[in-house]
Amino acid sequence: MEKEKLLELYGTMQKIRKFEQHAAKSFAAGIIRGDLHTYIGEEAIATGVCANLSDDDYITSTHRGHGHLIAKGADLKLMLAELYGRKTGYCKGKGGSMHIADTSRGILGSNGIVGGGFNLACGAAFTAKAKKTNKVCICFFGDGATAEGSSHEAMNIASLWKLPVVFVNENNQYGISCHISKGIPIKDTATRALAYDMPAVTIDGNDVLAVYEEARKAIERARKGEGPTFIECKTYRWRGHFEGDPDNYRPKEEIKMWKSKDREPIARFEKYLMVNCGVTEEEFTAIKASIDAEIVKANEFALNSPHPDKMSAFTDVYTDIVEEGRPW
Amino acid sequence: MVTKLYSEAIRDAIRNEMLRNPDVYCIGEDIGVFNGSFGATAGLLAEFGPGRVYDTPIAEQAITGIAAGSALTGMVPVAEIMYNDFMLCAADQIMNQAAKFRYMYGGGMKVPMTLRMAVGGGLQCAAQHSQSLEGLLVHIPGLKVVYPSTPADAQGLIIAAIRDENPVVVCEHELLYQTTGEVSETFEPIPIGKADVKKEGSDVTVIATGLCVHKALDAAKALAEEGVSVEVVDPRSLFPLDKETIYKSISKTHRAVVVTEECKRGAWSAEMASNIAEDMFDSLKSKIVRVGALNTPIPFAIELESLVIPQTEDIIQAIKSVM
Repeated sequence: MEKEKLLELYGTMQKIRKFEQHAAKSFAAGIIRGDLHTYIGEEAIATGVCANLSDDDYITSTHRGHGHLIAKGADLKLMLAELYGRKTGYCKGKGGSMHIADTSRGILGSNGIVGGGFNLACGAAFTAKAKKTNKVCICFFGDGATAEGSSHEAMNIASLWKLPVVFVNENNQYGISCHISKGIPIKDTATRALAYDMPAVTIDGNDVLAVYEEARKAIERARKGEGPTFIECKTYRWRGHFEGDPDNYRPKEEIKMWKSKDREPIARFEKYLMVNCGVTEEEFTAIKASIDAEIVKANEFALNSPHPDKMSAFTDVYTDIVEEGRPW
Repeated sequence: MVTKLYSEAIRDAIRNEMLRNPDVYCIGEDIGVFNGSFGATAGLLAEFGPGRVYDTPIAEQAITGIAAGSALTGMVPVAEIMYNDFMLCAADQIMNQAAKFRYMYGGGMKVPMTLRMAVGGGLQCAAQHSQSLEGLLVHIPGLKVVYPSTPADAQGLIIAAIRDENPVVVCEHELLYQTTGEVSETFEPIPIGKADVKKEGSDVTVIATGLCVHKALDAAKALAEEGVSVEVVDPRSLFPLDKETIYKSISKTHRAVVVTEECKRGAWSAEMASNIAEDMFDSLKSKIVRVGALNTPIPFAIELESLVIPQTEDIIQAIKSVM
């Protein structure tokens, strides 16, 4: 891979991390309300996968979706405005953190229901196949979702019909407080795919280049009409399930280990870039500074954006019906 | 006009739309070579091939999820859920996903999907194949729900459902598939949200849906001999609801009876009755009475099933109670 492309991957990972750090800070300050699930620690997965996609390809995302959206090219200004509940946000303030979509970039939405995206991803892949558009759909999901029945219906039919979908499992090892060992009776989620005669790999999800490479192969298979692939990416979330999570279920040592420089995705990739591509500290600093500036701008945009008009609560339920308010 | 079965009218409506729009496709269990469990997709696989008519495994989440996901991305699915009881297996995809996409994602999405399902009892299929769950669907903002009672209404409403840019559920009573009626030879949509006065009368308004429209018409006939003039209004569309037509009838008769095959508890009929109470209280000369199934699962034995499901005699008694 060329240096420019590698630095792009690095920039995307930093953008996700810095956006999430900003979001967590804004939550603590009371600017963001509701549920906020950060992606810090898992940046290599969305980055490595989406670097293989164009705006025309589809993704379905999860409740922990900011990383997927950023990697797929979503606009930080519109994302942050949505997180702040403003009229200018992606969903006009009607969706919030868990419901951001941007169909112009193939982002079919984050999803508040664990396992909710599996069959929708198959639907988008169905369209691609029926219309012969050569598009693919990436279905992101967590380890907990592999215990949802929806995952099995989707994997079964995707494999049966050779739909151009790639199932990307972000195995961060915890479904809220439930450790994976108490959630599924197998060591690797990728084992699920065997039952559907679907190629599957288990990889280090904190290695952005490994993710990129496996996704590249899977997407190529999908585009060739050879059907779905299951990629299990082992990873870890740095923060609690949601902001405000007491996080009383994970050993401190475990968290520390996953945050260490030789385990966490960004520090590892920095080291790789320095050793193999001669990237300098100054280059990293410049990239980070430009992301910081983008986030400052996005924050200004969001903070200065108007709140939603009350009447907007009644629209967009249907294309052609405006709901009624109360008579008083 | 031509005479058609209800099932043929459904099939012809879908066929018409498939010919008209190459993005329209059918998906569901046993809808292909088997022609659909009630024959409502008969011949479509033979005519359009497996690229337009998709037989699926028994997987309601996959059927509805693929329908919703493909509708978001440019297709126009007509999905069949064999019995409405089975939609509960796919409740997330219908109620949390498809119904809410447009709103929660800020208005940028369209979900032109049609979800057809058989409802109701009468074939002794018991508790898990005989329910009338339309009220659950009406409860969810983002869904439209229609319930044709005749072949003509089935044809027109299904055309409208397929052309609609929102998720539309079509309830089809299992005992209606084999009924016949006059249907227009031109394939015109019936606007969703337009009620139809099935019989004019002056003493009492009976608002009935699906098979109960026919039972209400029978009741009206019997009561005519006793000098009671019954108006039967078929809303056809449970949401959006044509309150104007219904209220116009009540303004004339000043009495209302609501008849559906749902268990009465928490039913759509309760929504209908409360609307009338809120909006038409001053016009009423009597209490509003609802007729529905008893609040039990639908039993198997014929004596029990026909007791639990409301019959013509129940409607007659209900009408008499408001006169």
